[in-house]
Amino acid sequence: MTPLNQVEGRAIPLGLKNVDTDVIIPAHWLKTTTREGMGRGAFESLRADPDNLFDRPEYKGAPILIAGDNFGCGSSREHAAWALGDLGIRVVIAPSYSDIFSGNAVKNGILPVVLPQAAIDRLLEVAATDPVSIDLEHQTVTTPFQDRFTFEIDPFRKMCLLDGLDEISLTEKSDAAIGAYEDRLDAERPWMRPAA
Amino acid sequence: MTRPRTLYEKIWDAHVVEQRPDGTALIFIDRHLVHEVTSPQAFAGLRTSGRTVRRPDLTLAVPDHNVPTTPRKDAAGNRLPITDPESAAQLAALEKNAPEFGIRYIDAVAPEQGIVHVVGPEQGFSLPGATIVCGDSHTACHGGIGALAFGIGTSEVEHVLATQTLLLQPAKTMEVRVEGDVGPGVSAKDIILHITGVIGAAGGTGHVIEYTGSAIRALSIEGRLTISNMAIEGGARAGLIAPDETTFAYLKGRPYAPKSADWDAAVEYWRSLATDPGATYDKVVVIDAADIAPSVTWGTSPEDVVPITGTVPDPASFADPSKQAAAAKSLAYMGLEPGTRMQDVPVENIFIGSCTNSRIEDMRAAAAVLKGRTKAPNVKWAIVVPGSGLVKAQAEAEGLDRIFIDAGLEWREPGCSACLAMNPDKVPAGERCASTSNRNFVGRQGPGARTHLVSPAMAAAAAVTGRLTDVRELID
Repeated sequence: MTPLNQVEGRAIPLGLKNVDTDVIIPAHWLKTTTREGMGRGAFESLRADPDNLFDRPEYKGAPILIAGDNFGCGSSREHAAWALGDLGIRVVIAPSYSDIFSGNAVKNGILPVVLPQAAIDRLLEVAATDPVSIDLEHQTVTTPFQDRFTFEIDPFRKMCLLDGLDEISLTEKSDAAIGAYEDRLDAERPWMRPAA
Repeated sequence: MTRPRTLYEKIWDAHVVEQRPDGTALIFIDRHLVHEVTSPQAFAGLRTSGRTVRRPDLTLAVPDHNVPTTPRKDAAGNRLPITDPESAAQLAALEKNAPEFGIRYIDAVAPEQGIVHVVGPEQGFSLPGATIVCGDSHTACHGGIGALAFGIGTSEVEHVLATQTLLLQPAKTMEVRVEGDVGPGVSAKDIILHITGVIGAAGGTGHVIEYTGSAIRALSIEGRLTISNMAIEGGARAGLIAPDETTFAYLKGRPYAPKSADWDAAVEYWRSLATDPGATYDKVVVIDAADIAPSVTWGTSPEDVVPITGTVPDPASFADPSKQAAAAKSLAYMGLEPGTRMQDVPVENIFIGSCTNSRIEDMRAAAAVLKGRTKAPNVKWAIVVPGSGLVKAQAEAEGLDRIFIDAGLEWREPGCSACLAMNPDKVPAGERCASTSNRNFVGRQGPGARTHLVSPAMAAAAAVTGRLTDVRELID
């Protein structure tokens, strides 16, 4: 996974709330056995409109997306994170996310920044004309107009993003603890093993 | 004496492998369900890194999302090929990955094949008090039998395959208590649609919802699975309903459920899981069952719920400006005008199925309305898709298939079908569907398709009249 710290660039001012993962990537794009190339299907229904934000020259390849409440709700499809990544998006800024989406985003090197609606409104305004900067180390979002917003992030997620860590390798260090748990489970609740 | 704990906290505590100082914990996963769409990249990852599946015995794979619901075998019993090459490739990948990694596999023509969330409880593979995951957000469904069950992404699928654990942050707890008796024509689906309307699509974000109260206790397991299934539509990570005598009676004797002395020990343990008196939740919502009518959605978020006796709302009537904008966009997509009576909305398509409503009780509820009636002429496409081969066989034994066919509906093979537009079952652009599925998102049932979420009885009523209909007008 590519480490992420500072990101600066144009931010797509989507602003909509309840953007579900079917909108981010419709199901017919899920019929694949690889992770690549999902960007082509990203936001397909929105991009059917020739004047859509995503395909305007100023937002092509923009590394930041600004959205409303409950971004990434609905289906658990990680394809949504793959599609955003393939579009070139490294940071999403929204007031809230679905739990599954924010986890998927981090696992794919995409930072889900949480800011209050008032900050979102200001950033949407800035994004119409100017770039936005994110600094994960210092947990800030800034603009060329001296706006400065700080955000909270789970320390483990922050570390994974900053270092580009592979979570499976980390968990494998707990192999002995997992084995001990399995032994305890077999002793205390042996009936938990499937009967057939 | 220990602090009183909720059902969620008890299940969580029993699964902590390792507590981390930052508040996260490595949680053991008791059951992992796998389907063809969200697993190929996970298996590919294992192969690339030279990893194996740690606990194949706790893993069960079944194809459901893109298997066609038309016959899978010819008259001679030979398996028919899947014509869509991409769907065929995903199925072939699962068919190859399952034996390669030693995983239990129910193939597309097996008698017990079906939607993974119908199959898990039906086979007794899903158990109360277990942690259950699947690369599918409707894994929340299994909370209906008292399992802590939630959807995960493909990276997490790979993580569970490799380690049988997940690193998780504990969720907040929310109680949704539904007290009293529901009226005639009101099903579990109406209860959960009503709840979603009350709490909103993000109302449960960061929480695990425990559904309590006399109206929930009175539900069958089928109904409880319907409720918990849609916990995710309220934004919750998972839903939970405490296991009780109804749960034990449902699970006893199922293939993977504990047997004889093990069964008694299991039941004793499951009884201990109920939320302790005095335990508190982070959030509590109380709903009077008498307030719940047969319900229907008007927009493109599952929170867009009104009683069938209601009208399409005016976007200006919402206090939140972003909701006003969203509602206006929804109405444009749905082709609806504010003030239109929901019962005046015509529907051309009917879908009875999905992991929300494809169990035997759902089939019976739809058949009860359709018996002796036929679908309206303006209904072009109406399909009934049982949730599993076993549901299908049971329905046929009860003669329900004849009722559907005689009414002019199609009786299909089990699968996810028209819930998600991944297989050939889709709703055409610009047309409406009264659907028993769980999501009315833009394009969910096909590009441009307009979905109205309803119960099985309400979908059947709509099939009869050709418009959204109050099922109470068709029942005694």
